[in-house]
Amino acid sequence: MTLATTGTAVLVLEDGRVFHGTPYGAEGETFGEMVFSTGMTGYQETLTDPSYHRQIVAMTAPHIGNTGVNDEDPESSRIWVAGYVVREPARVASSWRSRRSLDEELRRQGVVGIAMPGTRALTRHLRERGAMRAGVFTSPAAPVEELVEKVRSSPAMVGADLAKEVSTPEPYVVPAHGEKRFTVAAVDLGIKAMTPYRMAERGCEVHVLPASATAADILALDPDGVFLSNGPGDPATADYAVEAVTGVLDAGTPVFGICFGNQILGRALGLGTYKLRYGHRGVNQPVQDRRTGKVDISAHNHGFAVQAPTDGPFDTPYGRAEVSHVNLNDGCVEGLRLLDRPAFSVQYHPEAAAGPHDAAGLFDEFCALMARPGTTEGGKSV
Amino acid sequence: MSKRTDIESIMVIGSGPIVIGQACEFDYSGTQACRVLRAEGYRVVLVNSNPATIMTDPEFADATYVEPITPEIVEKIIARERPDALLPTLGGQTALNTAVALHEAGVLKRYGVELIGADIDAIQAGENRELFKRIVAKVAAEHGLNAESARSAICHTLPECLDAAAGLGYPVVVRPSFTMGGAGSGFAYDEEDLHRIAGAGLDASPTTEVLLEESILGWKEYELEVMRDRADNVVIVCSIENIDPMGVHTGDSVTVAPAMTLTDREYQNMRDVAIAVIREVGVDTGGCNIQFAVDPRTGRMIVIEMNPRVSRSSALASKATGFPIAKIAAKLAVGYTLDQIPNDITRETPASFEPSLDYVVVKVPRFAFEKFAGADQTLTTHMKSVGEAMAIGRSFPEALQKALRSLEKKGSSFGWAGDPGDKDALLSACRTPHDGRLRTMQQAIMAGATLEELYEATSIDPWFLDQLYLIDEEARAIGAGELTLAALTRAKGHGFSDAQIAEIRGVTEPEVRALRHGLGVRPVYNTVDTCAAEFAAKTPYLYSTYDEETEVPYGDRPKVIILGSGPNRIGQGIEFDYACVHASFELSAAGYETVMVNCNPETVSTDYDTSDRLYFEPLTLEDVLEVVHAEQQTGPVAGVIVQLGGQTPLGLAQALKDAGVPVVGTSPESIHLAEERGAFGRVLAEAGLPAPKHGTAVTVEEARAIAEEIGYPVLVRPSYVLGGAGMAIVYDEETLSAYMARAGAASDHPVLVDRFLDEAIEIDVDALYDGEELYLGGVMEHIEEAGIHSGDSACALPPITLGGFDIKRIRAATEAIARGVGVRGLLNVQYAMLANVLYVLEANPRASRTVPFVSKATAVPLAKAAARVMMGTTIAALRSEGMLPAEGDGGTLPLDAPIAVKEAVLPFNRFRGVDTILGPEMRSTGEVMGIDEVFGTAYAKSQSASYGSLPTKGRAFVSVANRDKRAMIFPVKALADLGFEILATEGTAEVLRRNGVHAKIVRKQSDGVGTDGEPTIVTRILDGEVDLIVNTPFGSPGQSGPRLDGYEIRTAAVLRGIPCVTTVQGLGAAVQGIQAIAAGSVGVRSLQEHAQRLRG
Repeated sequence: MTLATTGTAVLVLEDGRVFHGTPYGAEGETFGEMVFSTGMTGYQETLTDPSYHRQIVAMTAPHIGNTGVNDEDPESSRIWVAGYVVREPARVASSWRSRRSLDEELRRQGVVGIAMPGTRALTRHLRERGAMRAGVFTSPAAPVEELVEKVRSSPAMVGADLAKEVSTPEPYVVPAHGEKRFTVAAVDLGIKAMTPYRMAERGCEVHVLPASATAADILALDPDGVFLSNGPGDPATADYAVEAVTGVLDAGTPVFGICFGNQILGRALGLGTYKLRYGHRGVNQPVQDRRTGKVDISAHNHGFAVQAPTDGPFDTPYGRAEVSHVNLNDGCVEGLRLLDRPAFSVQYHPEAAAGPHDAAGLFDEFCALMARPGTTEGGKSV
Repeated sequence: MSKRTDIESIMVIGSGPIVIGQACEFDYSGTQACRVLRAEGYRVVLVNSNPATIMTDPEFADATYVEPITPEIVEKIIARERPDALLPTLGGQTALNTAVALHEAGVLKRYGVELIGADIDAIQAGENRELFKRIVAKVAAEHGLNAESARSAICHTLPECLDAAAGLGYPVVVRPSFTMGGAGSGFAYDEEDLHRIAGAGLDASPTTEVLLEESILGWKEYELEVMRDRADNVVIVCSIENIDPMGVHTGDSVTVAPAMTLTDREYQNMRDVAIAVIREVGVDTGGCNIQFAVDPRTGRMIVIEMNPRVSRSSALASKATGFPIAKIAAKLAVGYTLDQIPNDITRETPASFEPSLDYVVVKVPRFAFEKFAGADQTLTTHMKSVGEAMAIGRSFPEALQKALRSLEKKGSSFGWAGDPGDKDALLSACRTPHDGRLRTMQQAIMAGATLEELYEATSIDPWFLDQLYLIDEEARAIGAGELTLAALTRAKGHGFSDAQIAEIRGVTEPEVRALRHGLGVRPVYNTVDTCAAEFAAKTPYLYSTYDEETEVPYGDRPKVIILGSGPNRIGQGIEFDYACVHASFELSAAGYETVMVNCNPETVSTDYDTSDRLYFEPLTLEDVLEVVHAEQQTGPVAGVIVQLGGQTPLGLAQALKDAGVPVVGTSPESIHLAEERGAFGRVLAEAGLPAPKHGTAVTVEEARAIAEEIGYPVLVRPSYVLGGAGMAIVYDEETLSAYMARAGAASDHPVLVDRFLDEAIEIDVDALYDGEELYLGGVMEHIEEAGIHSGDSACALPPITLGGFDIKRIRAATEAIARGVGVRGLLNVQYAMLANVLYVLEANPRASRTVPFVSKATAVPLAKAAARVMMGTTIAALRSEGMLPAEGDGGTLPLDAPIAVKEAVLPFNRFRGVDTILGPEMRSTGEVMGIDEVFGTAYAKSQSASYGSLPTKGRAFVSVANRDKRAMIFPVKALADLGFEILATEGTAEVLRRNGVHAKIVRKQSDGVGTDGEPTIVTRILDGEVDLIVNTPFGSPGQSGPRLDGYEIRTAAVLRGIPCVTTVQGLGAAVQGIQAIAAGSVGVRSLQEHAQRLRG
């Protein structure tokens, strides 16, 4: 059956599928890669995650905005999603920490969205046909065919170099909580606020550097360790970051990468990356540490993944490496580890905002590695 | 780490009879566990006294003991079966307590039985509040988490309680240790309250321990369902938020999954705390739940409690998410880790993940206060609901409205007809939590209450309140404009039923439906897939919603749709789920695709594993018609079964047929023949069967005239009811008039007035009829005489006093009725035998409550056979394929067949102040079965399983009505001969003395304390001086004098948990039971052994 169109807004996919709804947030039109997130909490963190730059995010959880918007939970200084798709926007924000409604916040930041019944149909569509471009039009003036054309002429995610667009223009420092133990150089490819916070909690003074930082820029800080953040876009385009990491690896400084950072480390090791059909976005992904067998429930937001042999250690320009973590849902590579040098990375989010804190121990592992840089063992494994 | 091979046999303990706080959710969990363990190749030994459960079907275990769940009996079973391990976490608090008792008595050690899935220290840590408090403080400090315990004090005496409360400040919460379902807990607002509540609480606690706590009334309440494996992997299966804030027991609260009003920061803190706590407590493997309260002003979070076992909430969480907690818990207990277990629903992803929901689940409680006149109807921390319904929707309003209509209770849904009344009065009513408070709130909104006012009155989170306003706005929109495609779609999307829309518009429900169908507005069916559509789901578990795409799969096999029984209520419970599940298993095996429709989250029928397809839907005409339509769109529907789910689906039969739905089995017209008094009278007349004189009345005058003609006492009841709802025995005209006035208000159907057959023997029969042949399933003789509802009466099978001639008469009469009515499938008939005349009381052309009991007692799967008969197989064919015995039936059991006794379990300890005497209106929540060689032992077992063992020595107090005096002499003499000291009231004592039984005279309550301080019987009972009470009621209810005396005696008995016999027939049975126990002849035997004897 077709549903009555109660509102004026439409979501148009590049393959021609159209969903009807009502405008939510700012009015206007917007384009981006259409993705869905299955997290049931943490919309505020999701919206402000730079990795969602140029993506239109659909929430599979129907009720969004219930706890309003507060001043503590944003993961960066602005909302990054290109557009927002929900089913049931809250009319009342209820939380002792709430400062304003989500609707207000979306309008204030000019984020175009749509509230529509068909979020599950959309998810199923993307699951079957893969992520694709889309556009939200809150008061479409043209026939559907023209809207589809507009969507098709918007830029694609494959080949998009976006890290520089979301990165900090200037370096800044997040001081250690309490006594300083380590200096960390964190390359901001789209870093979230919780990440330096988690390191600062562990006594790291975190120097956040722009995405364009070179190996020389990084090493000039004489860091105990180098952190590669998450970020948006196609890892295949970020040659500058790969080059910087190569320099750091040459210097033998400990390296820890997450998400996009995992892909950058992978490329520095000579591995390829590829686009997943519809990515992992949510807070319930089971990742297994292959050494301990332990499973962490982890937060994910990635559309690309690293191609690496999972049947045992393999050789790289920096000695042997192994796939340290795998996703139990689809077998996808979730972590890399150099066996002869102090470098490791994971494809998911140990800072977990939003998401479960199961993988927070990876920061401890990074600290252990910085404490004993000569080894490749991070001490306590999670 | 993988499956354990060092153990071969595992004992599973069930939860016993259905009681408030422990219902059929444990049949669901236990059945799952048994299936899993057997599939893994273990020998399963099961103990459960409840014959109505599916888990106690002989096919689910290798040895099934329907025996009392007492440490003594379980030890006997262990000695016989020598299991390697005991899994106690799937049978509720009963199983856990039994396991602890067996451990403490050294039984487990003596027989080398390993406790799996739980450990004694963890159980103690979870249950001992002081220990638990320390654990919470420790994890909060170690992990830097926001978590505390409520300030509290543990007390063992009343003076300690008073001191502690003075320190904490009133109100204080009183929680007794080691009781289930919050029994004995409550709020004390002052010293007087405290005396009352803490006094009872100290009694209720097996360790004479209560906890007093600071009040966190009005805080937000949450619960997390957690699973841990032995590799220390932990997942949160589900978060649940209570709409009713702290102060109402979770079982009585309207709850929502997932939590709706938490930010990720707060949710993750809660998750971290839950995980840290269960690690610290040491829950080895398996599922547990943990409850939290959050201060809505500051976010301060208190950890209320945890249960180291599966629970009612885990059943709800399993149904809400598709993650089968009990099944996984059983696998974890035998050594698997979460990542080694596949997720059944996706089949490709593992169980080590956390479900993501793209829908909203709402659970609403079902109460039965109408059955318990005088009960306090305020909802407190003491659970009072008897069942629940769950609904799924793509939005909260949709799920909530579906859930409310799933309750099938007049006035449970929101309504906009008429004047809501005074706003202030409504707001004031909202302050006290009560059954239907959300509806009261909706009425208050209609009357103009603001969100602030409602929040002030209820402390319910403003987000939920706003959703009620949203629903109200939608209702106004429905009433305002034209019912266009857009308007209807919107209304349906907000969960409005056709009936609600019709009411708002002032038209009829069929008119709305016709308009809606004309516009093509129909629900789609989405899948509960555990993953918010991220992966394709293989297991079809569906719910309706007004959304874009339907996910009903196409199929070629002919489909049979089975309508379930909805929320548990008194009179319609697990027994009907049993029949539905059996039909599903059997018809699936017979080549049909089975489709289950039900809305009760506690049941086996709503396990996605039970049928080929499950629709979690309300059982209203509209919702069922839509399911049938959806199924017809995707393949051939061979039939819809309405006769197994009790009165709920039966009530839909005619309307379904009228809508062209193929109803199989007994036709709606035949159902009407049995239900409509006049028509049924003609059936009986044709068959030459007598019925008590009767008539049907609509007005008071008609009722009086009928009563006048047939003579008082008369039995009155509304037609078309189950469980004797509204049934009463009326002795005079005045009471009759009052009854008619009430009945008119409660029901649209006329009232039946029957001559009441005082002192008759009542007989219950379950039979199968295929149009040609009758199979008499079983003949049950009631232990109590006529006048007590069959559901509340104990009964014996085979009948203990009926002879072969009587059985022949009963078979002939049953066959005549079956033929006359036109039954195809099951038939239940109730007879009364008086002065050698067999009267027909009523016939129900459907599965009855006794079907599971009869099936187990006779080793014949009646419900399965009925399903086949409904689909056209003959009894002769079923005999030749071996499902039914080749010869004979339940009326021709061998003389040495074991005697099975069914005993009802009544919830009086939940409703303090309600009189405990039995009557024509059913009030029991569950039942047990005792089975043994002779009646006495079987009866003793049934008592032990339901109320605790009968005493074999001590003091027996006897006070009986005049009419019972002659009949009580022999049994009381037997008690005296057994060594009991007999206490009696004056009149009873005189009769006893004249018959050579010495009885000490005690003072009645109405006599007051004697001049020399001699206590009354009530005081003696409360002081624990009496071990057995025999008190048959006399006088009219509500009067002072003798009736009130009896009432106070019985109430004291409930308070102290002392066996109380209220009929003289029950006394005779009790004496036989006591003799059997005294003789030391109580053994145990499995159902499989019984079956071997009966069927070879």
